Amino acid sequence: MTTLQPPAAAEPRPAPPPAKRDRRSWTGWGFIGPFVAVFALVFLAPIAYSIYLSLYRNQLIGGNHFVGLDNYTQALKDDQFWQAVGRVALFLAIQVPIMLGIALLVALALDSGRLYGKSFFRITIFLPYAVPAVVATLMWGFMYGTKYGLVGDINEAFGTSLPDLLSPDWVLASIGNIVTWEFVGYNMLIFYSALRVIPTSLYEAAEIDGAGQWRIISSIKLPAIRGAIVIATIFSIIGSFQLFNEPSILRPLARNAITTDYTPNFYTYSLSFNGQQHNYSATVAIIMGVLTMIVAYAVQLRGMRKGA
Amino acid sequence: MRRTTSRILRGIALVSTLALGVTACGGSDDDSDTKAVSAADIKAALDKGGSITVWAWEPTLKTVAADFQKKYPKVKVNLVSERSGDKHYTALSNAISAGKGVPDVAQVEYFALGQYSLTKGLTDLAPYGADKLASKYTAGPWNAVSDGDKVYGLPMDSGPMAMFYNKTVFDKYKVAVPTTWDEYLDAARKIHKADPKAYIANDAGDAGFTTSMLWQAGSRPYKVDGTKVGINFDDAGAKKFETVWQKLIDEKLLAPINGWTDDWYKGLGDGTIATLTTGAWMPANFETGVPGAKGQWRAAAMPAWTKGDKASAENGGSSLTVPALAKNKELAYAFTEYANSGAGVATRVSEGAFPATKAQLEDPAFQSKKFDYFDGQEANKIFAESAANVASDWSYLPFQQYANSIFNDTVGKAYVSNTSLADGLKAWQDASIKYGEEQGFTIEK
Repeated sequence: MTTLQPPAAAEPRPAPPPAKRDRRSWTGWGFIGPFVAVFALVFLAPIAYSIYLSLYRNQLIGGNHFVGLDNYTQALKDDQFWQAVGRVALFLAIQVPIMLGIALLVALALDSGRLYGKSFFRITIFLPYAVPAVVATLMWGFMYGTKYGLVGDINEAFGTSLPDLLSPDWVLASIGNIVTWEFVGYNMLIFYSALRVIPTSLYEAAEIDGAGQWRIISSIKLPAIRGAIVIATIFSIIGSFQLFNEPSILRPLARNAITTDYTPNFYTYSLSFNGQQHNYSATVAIIMGVLTMIVAYAVQLRGMRKGA
Repeated sequence: MRRTTSRILRGIALVSTLALGVTACGGSDDDSDTKAVSAADIKAALDKGGSITVWAWEPTLKTVAADFQKKYPKVKVNLVSERSGDKHYTALSNAISAGKGVPDVAQVEYFALGQYSLTKGLTDLAPYGADKLASKYTAGPWNAVSDGDKVYGLPMDSGPMAMFYNKTVFDKYKVAVPTTWDEYLDAARKIHKADPKAYIANDAGDAGFTTSMLWQAGSRPYKVDGTKVGINFDDAGAKKFETVWQKLIDEKLLAPINGWTDDWYKGLGDGTIATLTTGAWMPANFETGVPGAKGQWRAAAMPAWTKGDKASAENGGSSLTVPALAKNKELAYAFTEYANSGAGVATRVSEGAFPATKAQLEDPAFQSKKFDYFDGQEANKIFAESAANVASDWSYLPFQQYANSIFNDTVGKAYVSNTSLADGLKAWQDASIKYGEEQGFTIEK
């Protein structure tokens, strides 16, 4: 478009007409390059490598060979895997509503402004989240002990016979208790911050209309923080499906109750590190990742539809 | 816009492929080490010097490494001893499959040797002269480290089994120390009746213990011939074990405490656990782990399945091996030989290790050593007799590590639910067979 003409001697020399397209492309790369490089290295490459791994099988006898989708068909028929999925699904169905319910209740209580020492409560409830999961689990594991732990001490002092919380019947609930203790504060904070941004004029209007506190909660506060609730639910779903720390740290105390295929993540870990079955482990991990995405996406769709 | 996207995609693809290439090139194996290495070669390597890395948790190796460096001042030994058990094997397997960071010498327990030798993870030490050392060791450990004319490690210690018992508990309740497993069951009932908090033993499901018990009872569940493997827990020996142990479990006569935990040490110290049937390497652990119970414990022969039978078994015990990817094999072998066959053995025995070498086991000074912890008892006599009576023909699976890792998933159920021990063992058998088949072994039914 630009026509070239020799510059007049008296005028200041204009910049040479740039090769426009080239420059634009390089600037773009300059901005996006570092991100793309890191993204590719830490996110895409591992996924690609996992997919690559999942197409092979490395045997103690026979070495490494390509097996196509064999690992996937095996995983889809693997009872151990589906039992583990069932276990975290049960965990999800019971623990997550309890945890989010408590978190919501606490957030509403804090937001109501009728609580004495609000910031003290807020920090106390949030504090468990600051305790590393490993430490928290060790601490609870010690309390659960029927021999030398807190449960044992209570039994001794009061002559009661509390159930063994680390037995196969109870251990999932015990893990649920630990996770709830850890994450109520975190979810409370999400809800609380969402509540704080609701314009107070709405409350004033509601009061003028004669609405009580319950009415304000159900008609103003809850609808306003629906987005936050959906987000917290999705985080919790992902957290439940990825359950690993708590069972793996409790396991030395309850080897017979917490099996090496207790949760999908624990199963992939055992496959990889006890059985050297890296290929199959990668397959299970990929399937689990897809499964988590589907469930999280379904919840998001549902949550957003209601919101509209 | 479209053009840029495709460029980005191309860039990503390139980076990913590069990353793949880098990781995929990790595992190369070399299998070319068959030439003999003369003593002169090893001597030359020692004179030349260098450094070797040793992964071993055996505590007595610290002194041995120091002595070795004193003797060969040009050699530096880096002893890495923080990891043991599962963590050690995970690290070792990872290093071997990654092809880097592999130690020059690695401690490997007898039960785990098969897996590493089968996958060519270890150097055959016969060309270095290890085959000539066979007569120095007792039969059990030597069988464990050798396979035909190949030698995959030198035995470091052995674990002929004995029954350690807390004499004060037995005296207090006037219970006779059992010599057969039937008497053991009786004693268990009496002790637990006298004190509901006391148990004859702790057992919450331990693969190593169970396999050793089966070994003594005459069960031979594992048949291994190269890559052909048979797994069957349905034999007369296993029945004997199941009968007695099922009663101990059903009547709640076993303390549900896992070994090597805080509760375990406490229980050994306060009379909660009255006996401990394990390898002869235990005394050193008693001294460091349960110092408060000094003088209360004694050693005795392992109870028999029929009165008068002396058959014993091994529990634990390990060897030093030289991984195939070790960088400095001559020095590695020299150290292994020094520690487990040469001057190092005496040092280690004096620090409480239980030897696998005949010379030390038969030494009168060794046999008559008085253990302060056992109130002056000459316990080595009992251990040496056990070592001489270890039942033969036992073999572990070439993937015993994996099998042990799922023991509590299967047999462990018998300890916490209505599942019987026999069913638990059957489940263990099935899971082990499944793994064996997946790994390409031929399973003989």
